[in-house]
Amino acid sequence: MNQSPENQWPLSPALESQDHLQLEKSYGLFIDGEFVSSTGSKKYASINPATEQRLSRITESTPQDVDVAVRAARKGYDRHWSRMKPSERGKYLFRIARLIQERSRELAVLETLDGGKPIRESRDVDLPLAAAHFFYYAGWADKLDYAFPNRRPRPLGVAAQVIPWNFPLLMAAWKIAPALATGNTVVLKPAETTSLTALRLGEILQQAELPPGVVNIITGHGNVGKALVEHPGVDKVAFTGSTEVGKTIQASLAGTRKRSTLELGGKAANIIFADASIDQAVEGVINGIYFNQGQVCCAGSRLFVEESVAQQVIEKIKDRVQSLIIGNPLDKNTDLGAINSRQQLNTIQEYIDVGLAEGAIRYQPEAPLPDEGFWCRPTLFTQVSQASRIAREEIFGPVLAIQTFRTVAEVIQKANNTPYGLSAGVWTNKGSKIFNLSSQLRAGVVWANSYNQFDPTSPFGGYQESGFGREGGLHGLQAYLDIH
Amino acid sequence: MAKNKKSAPTLMVPSRIPVLKTYKMFVGGEFPRTESGRFYTPRVKGRSLGNFCLGSRKDVRQAVAAARSAQAHWANRTSYNRAQILYRIAELLEARRLQFIQDLNHQGSSERQAQAEVDMSIERLVYYAGWCDKYQQVFGSVNPVASEHFNVSILEPMGVVFHIAPDNQPLLGVISIMAPIIASGNTTICLASESKPISAVNLAEVLATADVPPGVVNILTGSLDELAVPAADHFDINAIAWNRSNGRRNKTTLQMIEEKATSNLKRVRRYERPWTRLESQNPYLIADFCEVKTTWHPIETISESGSGY
Repeated sequence: MNQSPENQWPLSPALESQDHLQLEKSYGLFIDGEFVSSTGSKKYASINPATEQRLSRITESTPQDVDVAVRAARKGYDRHWSRMKPSERGKYLFRIARLIQERSRELAVLETLDGGKPIRESRDVDLPLAAAHFFYYAGWADKLDYAFPNRRPRPLGVAAQVIPWNFPLLMAAWKIAPALATGNTVVLKPAETTSLTALRLGEILQQAELPPGVVNIITGHGNVGKALVEHPGVDKVAFTGSTEVGKTIQASLAGTRKRSTLELGGKAANIIFADASIDQAVEGVINGIYFNQGQVCCAGSRLFVEESVAQQVIEKIKDRVQSLIIGNPLDKNTDLGAINSRQQLNTIQEYIDVGLAEGAIRYQPEAPLPDEGFWCRPTLFTQVSQASRIAREEIFGPVLAIQTFRTVAEVIQKANNTPYGLSAGVWTNKGSKIFNLSSQLRAGVVWANSYNQFDPTSPFGGYQESGFGREGGLHGLQAYLDIH
Repeated sequence: MAKNKKSAPTLMVPSRIPVLKTYKMFVGGEFPRTESGRFYTPRVKGRSLGNFCLGSRKDVRQAVAAARSAQAHWANRTSYNRAQILYRIAELLEARRLQFIQDLNHQGSSERQAQAEVDMSIERLVYYAGWCDKYQQVFGSVNPVASEHFNVSILEPMGVVFHIAPDNQPLLGVISIMAPIIASGNTTICLASESKPISAVNLAEVLATADVPPGVVNILTGSLDELAVPAADHFDINAIAWNRSNGRRNKTTLQMIEEKATSNLKRVRRYERPWTRLESQNPYLIADFCEVKTTWHPIETISESGSGY
């Protein structure tokens, strides 16, 4: 199952153990420092997308639960968090960082079970970065005056944070760490398909003895998120997810005094010039689009190759795609795990059909797929036009649309021909060209001769319809502070 | 030590003769005695603190060699890694909090002073741990030069810093300067307080078990006036941190250091402040032991897209 058929050297399965992971049959909500039952009784199953088996049952919060959580956050703000010395706030965040490091393997396994991503990614990317985010922002808690000189930065109050399913724990860390460091309290709503690591984070917050109400975690579907961001007791909304939902949220905030930051979709251009190190660039393209099965807002989903090397690059990409291992996400050799949900799989497949209908040429490796679960082969399209939907719309799956170009001016124009502007990649051995491209590309992050690099010290976020505000780095603090 | 009523009877056997500690120095991750074989016996209110190494000129040279060989590697660690190691020092100091309070008591501090000094030392380490991956964002800059260049200035560690610790706060004084020195990737040699060396010497044991790579911090004991001379003369020391009050005897020593330091233009930084104040911790202390490096890189201007952006 793990190998392409012509592979003569099959790999033995290398499954990560899950013995040390204990899951409850059913989870409540984390409010005011305790795990509590909902005021309602509705629960839904959280399944493993690689097996379609139920992992646990999650609470569908009621509007009343949302209200209780927001009130708890307000109380946590008034009684504890806003009164605490900034350096003491920082010490709690350092504790959380250390606890995440200590429990990282357990969390990585859970992330993979719940979301379908390869264990290698949850173990080597999601978890270390989640801990690092807490560690980085812990240090800022008592240093805010240096980030905003001659201002007196003040927290906003209660932050409503709604996060997506592609990096569940990491997105929780991206949201919670800067909010707490700057003195805000939080109500977090994880995505309905991936709530388990966020709930486990609740346990970690208890272990860290974080004062009650400072972080509250409520679960449920989109309507819960809607009730949360629209709650009048909320001062700040932070959302990561689709552009469509982001616009709805922004509309619902119109006329209120709530501050907001949105981290939305993308359709990143990954640009390969003829003078690039081709093999390195090909590896970067693979990482750019197939990392986390392409379910990444900054995925390099549009590839632009300089015409003179296009044939060579495309052949190399096909070879590389053929060698990718698709299968059990718990296997340490796995490159592509399961798609997060049946719904998302359907969306991706619709787009693949659209690509074919629009006349683009599809390539997929022949690897067999498991019988159970939600799977999509890594896919690439050539002969894609600028007008094609697969070149314009965010697919959020392992689908690469390849186009070619002849001049720098042409590729800049093509790359910028999108309402999105989250990220871009540039592959060339000429430094001056990198700086030319990075100054002309309309994107919040430009990766030169690399892709999908993340660090807590580095701001991340988009231009235009990819949202606004930055997460990470010194700039990420501003989203949670009043400095005016 | 806090007296635990329950376990006290088993712990305190009246006839027991305590095992005394041999105080040694800390160089390159090891605990050598001075090569000179000499010792001295500092006293507080007439009571001996024990025998300490009376370090020599050659000990200084060995410590510099250890600090130099560790420096590039330490500076090449990620700032996140250095941050975690500084935090780890805080964790271990917290775990040995009672011992360090006792040490300060022993050296003449009141119980309250001692407790405050140890607690503040732990907080200070956490404070500078937080700066490791941030000072660059506060002090670095991208400079809008009037030509087609990407121009960026960053801070780089100076190299090896010789640190002369104060007498009045034998633990907090060491940590308040050691932490900002090593935060950016410098390595250091600390000359412990001559009259109250216990805290610095015992701090070495914390450092040795806190994932601090060997040679990043070295701790010498001995006579200030004797060891300041080879330190000020040494060509492989980049900076000297003078962290002592401005008494008359100190003044002469400092002047000597400043004169000799010109031989290779060592930067001499003077700190005469009480480290107990919160304002005494700040990122400018990190910048004090950094150089500013500016890099120019051309930006290609051909083929502008003219796309209107």
